[in-house]
Amino acid sequence: MRRFLVLLPLLLFAGVGVFFAYGLKRDPSNIPSQLINRPLPHFELAAIEGRDEGLASMDFGGEVMLLNVFASWCLSCQIEHPVLMELSRQNAVPIHGLNWKDKPGDGKAWLDRLGNPYTRIGDDWNGRVAIDLGVTGAPETFVIDRNGRVRYKFIGPITPQAWEEELAPLIEELRGQ
Amino acid sequence: MWPEIGHFALILALIVSGVQAPALFIAARASTPGAGDFARRASILVFALVAASFFILMHAYAVSDFSVLNVFENSHTAKPFIYKLTGTWGNHEGSMLLWALVLALFSAMLAIQDRAIPPSLHILTLAVQATIITAFLAFILLTSNPFERFIPSPADGQGLNPLLQDIGLAIHPPFLYLGYVSFSVPFSFAVAALIRGRADAVWARLVRPWALAAWTFLTIGITLGSWWAYYELGWGGWWAWDPVENASFMPWLAGVALIHSVRVVERCDTMKAWAILLAILTFSLSLIGTFLVRSGVLTSVHAFAVDPARGVFILMILIAAIGGSLTLFAMRATVLKPTGAFELVSRETSLILNNLFLIAASATVFVGTFYPLFIDVLSGQKISVGAPYFNIVFTPIAGFTFFVAAIGALLPWKKASLGAAFQRLIYPGAAALAGAVIVAVMVDRHRVIGAVAVALIVWLAGGALVDIASRVKLFRAPFGDVLSRARGLPRAAWGAALAHGGLALFALGAASISLWKSEEIALMNEGDEISVAGYQVTLVSVEDIAGPNYVAERALFNAAKNGNTISLSGERRFYPVRGMQTTEAAIKPQLFGDLYINFGENSGSGWPVRAFFNPLVGLLWWGAAIAVIGGALSISDRGRKPARVRKTTQTTVRPETAPQEAGA
Repeated sequence: MRRFLVLLPLLLFAGVGVFFAYGLKRDPSNIPSQLINRPLPHFELAAIEGRDEGLASMDFGGEVMLLNVFASWCLSCQIEHPVLMELSRQNAVPIHGLNWKDKPGDGKAWLDRLGNPYTRIGDDWNGRVAIDLGVTGAPETFVIDRNGRVRYKFIGPITPQAWEEELAPLIEELRGQ
Repeated sequence: MWPEIGHFALILALIVSGVQAPALFIAARASTPGAGDFARRASILVFALVAASFFILMHAYAVSDFSVLNVFENSHTAKPFIYKLTGTWGNHEGSMLLWALVLALFSAMLAIQDRAIPPSLHILTLAVQATIITAFLAFILLTSNPFERFIPSPADGQGLNPLLQDIGLAIHPPFLYLGYVSFSVPFSFAVAALIRGRADAVWARLVRPWALAAWTFLTIGITLGSWWAYYELGWGGWWAWDPVENASFMPWLAGVALIHSVRVVERCDTMKAWAILLAILTFSLSLIGTFLVRSGVLTSVHAFAVDPARGVFILMILIAAIGGSLTLFAMRATVLKPTGAFELVSRETSLILNNLFLIAASATVFVGTFYPLFIDVLSGQKISVGAPYFNIVFTPIAGFTFFVAAIGALLPWKKASLGAAFQRLIYPGAAALAGAVIVAVMVDRHRVIGAVAVALIVWLAGGALVDIASRVKLFRAPFGDVLSRARGLPRAAWGAALAHGGLALFALGAASISLWKSEEIALMNEGDEISVAGYQVTLVSVEDIAGPNYVAERALFNAAKNGNTISLSGERRFYPVRGMQTTEAAIKPQLFGDLYINFGENSGSGWPVRAFFNPLVGLLWWGAAIAVIGGALSISDRGRKPARVRKTTQTTVRPETAPQEAGA
């Protein structure tokens, strides 16, 4: 009995250790979006300062598009930016931008400096639309299908690898539907 | 060049401790002469090297050397100087370096300590310490090098999380680390005891101050952390059962159990395997706490640096340390034979009972904290366990612990008579009943929980008071006699009573804030009024102000009650460098609690204002402070027998030269 009792802590720890090891492979911040397979919530945003075209939920549909949440103060967006530029150069997929909680002029200055990968950009200066979309941080990218429904939410900067392995195949599949 | 020297010092420290650890294990086996001196010198050297490396990193922060990647990522020239310095550990790499520094410091202190300690126990303990240090230095150098260069160096850094620019936050992690890392010493002693197959009163006396120190530091760290959460996060609460808070609370609970069970080993030479298991458990929980924050297995406001490579490395350290020590425990624990015995009605029994409650409490926190992880791994579902679970499960266990703690404090060791114990328990019992009646009649007529909580709290404090009163013969001996008895009481007795009393005050604060908090939410414009807990709160004005590295909206409130008007102000700050917002709640401590107001963004129709009255919240901090004083007093008590002995110099006897110091 005593022999078993002194072994018990080790056995318990072994069990917990297995969970820890599996837990490392999972990303707890990757919460599935409630919007998946639902139409994009209705919004109409003005253009950011220095641009003409704003962004509305009606602009989506017809073909598969991306909605990318970005801000000039967001460092990961700067990391992501060259990837988006490359995608827009290749005409891979139309990308619309949601300029999230930026001060007037900051978004334009940022795009003037780094280049503009976006077709249309909405100015979400107070973050209202981002709340409707369930945005947890920037950058975040929504894949919208040709019926204007949200099909996927990608959290964090899109890397070339993430594009190749996750987004490009998904977009292909959605185009086929 | 300095960062390279710091990096080099760290590598040297790894080499020295990497050699020291196996050398000491071998030396302990072969009882090599001179091993003690080697252990001492190596430990001091490792500490000096890690300290040099830490202060070089701090220097890089002080002068804003952005050619160091870590400084570039976490600092900014616009930051106040003090927060540049505290920024050294406000990030993953620096905080791990601080961890290693504290670990090396404690090893060095253990190496030079002058208390009587059997040489083989000393060397084995230092060997285990050196192993832990080696693992952590390897972790830092391989996965989180703080001295990595970033060239060409940028003009300015990327700022520090503005939430971290707060004195409460700047100083609470070091205290938590002091606590976590202090538990490494009881752990090392436990492993050494298992290897030697001996744990006795001497062992217990050596472990006790470290366990107490760890508990005291952890108490300070946790209290400062919740004080920071209360003042800075602006949600009106002080504890959220956040995973990282829980990570510090679990070793705290296990540490309380450890302190008490080590006393049993010391006093009656039994429960050895249990005490050793607790020593392993407390440090294991400290390591798991580190794993939790550093690996990103759970989300939390605290989790920074989510990097799987680091998580894997820390998991390997966890498996080696916990798995290794528990394997050793399974193999060797049966070797430890108790010599003492105690009867059913005795302080020992109550301590065992409370040990079980404390471990049960720790286990409930553990289960609640990791439940989302378990579920995610098993079914892929994302869930979160909130405060309701913890409040429901934890509170009754805490109540039982309080109930038994007061009894235990009044029972004598080994054998107690029920009648005598009953007589002494009458006073706290009567006071508890009176407290319950007062609460039920005057404060809260609807819920019985308030009366029960207050009764248990009064009971715990009463037990501590009666313990001291009966030891000094209060009211039974002349006053002068009482005073001299009070002076003659061992400091550990005062320490225990203060710790229990402080805990009772703390619990009173916690109970009143969760049961009797008032809260009011309203959309307000300048001139509007709301009322909370009898205060008429007016939003006087909101103005824009500019701080050193932020811009803010400052709101001025007036609160009127019984003809007295107090004014208070709160801020909502925006830090442009990080695009982040923080709040400075408007807080005015009153006699019976805090008036606490915060406000949100004006959406056009007014500012959303949340006003709280938090009753007796000050007792949280004062209670914790008293418990900390109790802990410090107990540490300073070196046990009944002065364990200090003259150092025996076995090394050389020089026949020619007479010892010159002898005459002086």
